[in-house]
Amino acid sequence: MREFAYQRAHDVPGAVALLGTVPDARFLGGGTNLVDLMKTGVERPALLVDVRQLPLGEIELTEDGGLRIGATVTNSDVAAHPEVRRRYPALAQAVLAGASGQLRNMATVGGNLLQRTRCGYFADPTHTSCNKRVPGSGCAAVRGEHHNHAILGASAHCVATHPSDMGVALAAFDAVVSFESADGQGELALSDFYLPVGETPHLETALPPGALITAVTLPPAPVAAASRYRKVRERASYAFAIGSLAAALDVRDGVVHEVRLAFGAVASRPWRAREAERVLTGGPATAEAFAAAADAELAAAEPLPDNGYKVPLLHNLVVTVLTELAEEAAR
Amino acid sequence: MALPTTGSTTLIINGEKYPLSVDHRTTLLDALRERLDLTGTKKGCDQGQCGACTVLIDGRRSLSCLQLAVAADGREITTIEGVADGDQLHPVQQAFLDLDGYQCGYCTPGQICSALGVIEEHAAGWPSAVTADVRPEAGPSALTDEEIRERMSGNLCRCGAYVSIVRAVARAAASARTPESTEVQA
Repeated sequence: MREFAYQRAHDVPGAVALLGTVPDARFLGGGTNLVDLMKTGVERPALLVDVRQLPLGEIELTEDGGLRIGATVTNSDVAAHPEVRRRYPALAQAVLAGASGQLRNMATVGGNLLQRTRCGYFADPTHTSCNKRVPGSGCAAVRGEHHNHAILGASAHCVATHPSDMGVALAAFDAVVSFESADGQGELALSDFYLPVGETPHLETALPPGALITAVTLPPAPVAAASRYRKVRERASYAFAIGSLAAALDVRDGVVHEVRLAFGAVASRPWRAREAERVLTGGPATAEAFAAAADAELAAAEPLPDNGYKVPLLHNLVVTVLTELAEEAAR
Repeated sequence: MALPTTGSTTLIINGEKYPLSVDHRTTLLDALRERLDLTGTKKGCDQGQCGACTVLIDGRRSLSCLQLAVAADGREITTIEGVADGDQLHPVQQAFLDLDGYQCGYCTPGQICSALGVIEEHAAGWPSAVTADVRPEAGPSALTDEEIRERMSGNLCRCGAYVSIVRAVARAAASARTPESTEVQA
């Protein structure tokens, strides 16, 4: 590991100012991804600015009935919070589906959004081709091991997926990311937070340089009270998804009044399935309609030779979970 | 101006203060084992995947291999060496002994520290990924074998002693719930 300086920040402007003092500086939250990447040499910061003790550790109800989650709230505290569990149960389920109890106690909400892909070619610097790690070096995964790579929104330059479970539920619920940079405070809708892959997979977010995430806000969403996160993985627990779904459904008199759908482990970002939502809204809440909506969204899929299984997997997730939610609403 | 790459940190381990000067790269795990001779905490994968290095930080189970020692300054750390009360084993330790919750024993300190966290988290009403209904109105889930397996899934046992580990955690959790036993802490 490269030697590095360490500074503990005590307030947000101070943290942002400290980061600006050194070119290769990084914010340190829980460290569950960054410290690991520093050990392997993927990340080589000259300075860590420790933000874990900043006053960003609260979950608050907003005046309009949403929730504001501070950036340094741990995953555990998100999943345990009564208002998260009551108003956005799929968010609690998504967080609980990720990592292990120990990691959830350490990891923070801000860090979760900024965690890096678990693509094996990115994570191991002995692989020479990775456009995300070394721009212009190629993508080894396209012709290599890619059974858990992207089927939506990828490019010939990178087919890595975003590994977050939490982010999938946040995408379904229209989360807004607040940040602070040297130029002041700002906000980004989660739908605009992650950049398209295109030819620049090393540029992952729309955050201004040196910006610190300060909070994630969930707008009020009554539909989210009937929501579910379902994760498919290669072992029963403690593994990244090969496909996941956050879904919320409001059915009135057999008609879909409102639906939210977001996919995980299929793209470089949590994938909001807006086409499927559009197809479903105002129509019947039947298994046939759910299947047609899944097909409409997945028509854009461009699977690689070894990850085509994700198309029927996501299709079946949509049909199964929406059928469950519809049946529960009818009781 | 080159910023220093070493610094001082005071680790509070099992109630004792340990002032240390560390290279910033030093993990809590390496500080415990290499600097303080507290070798009960084990290094397995050293990349956050096995749970062998589990300790409690401010009462919460955490991975010491991904925790920088300098960033643990002033935080309360409990290692396996601090779990027993003198010669009196903690009920979780006793349950692992009584029910053979191990084979080679290498993962056991991490398993026990993790179990302490699991019992505390469950008692606090935290749901898990296998909890059928996470809404607070649904009430707390019983600590079934399925719940224990899920909650302990961050601790690998290469000997495969899982069946006995689940029994040991269940017994320790049950003893923690009876009023005469107030031993479980985390």
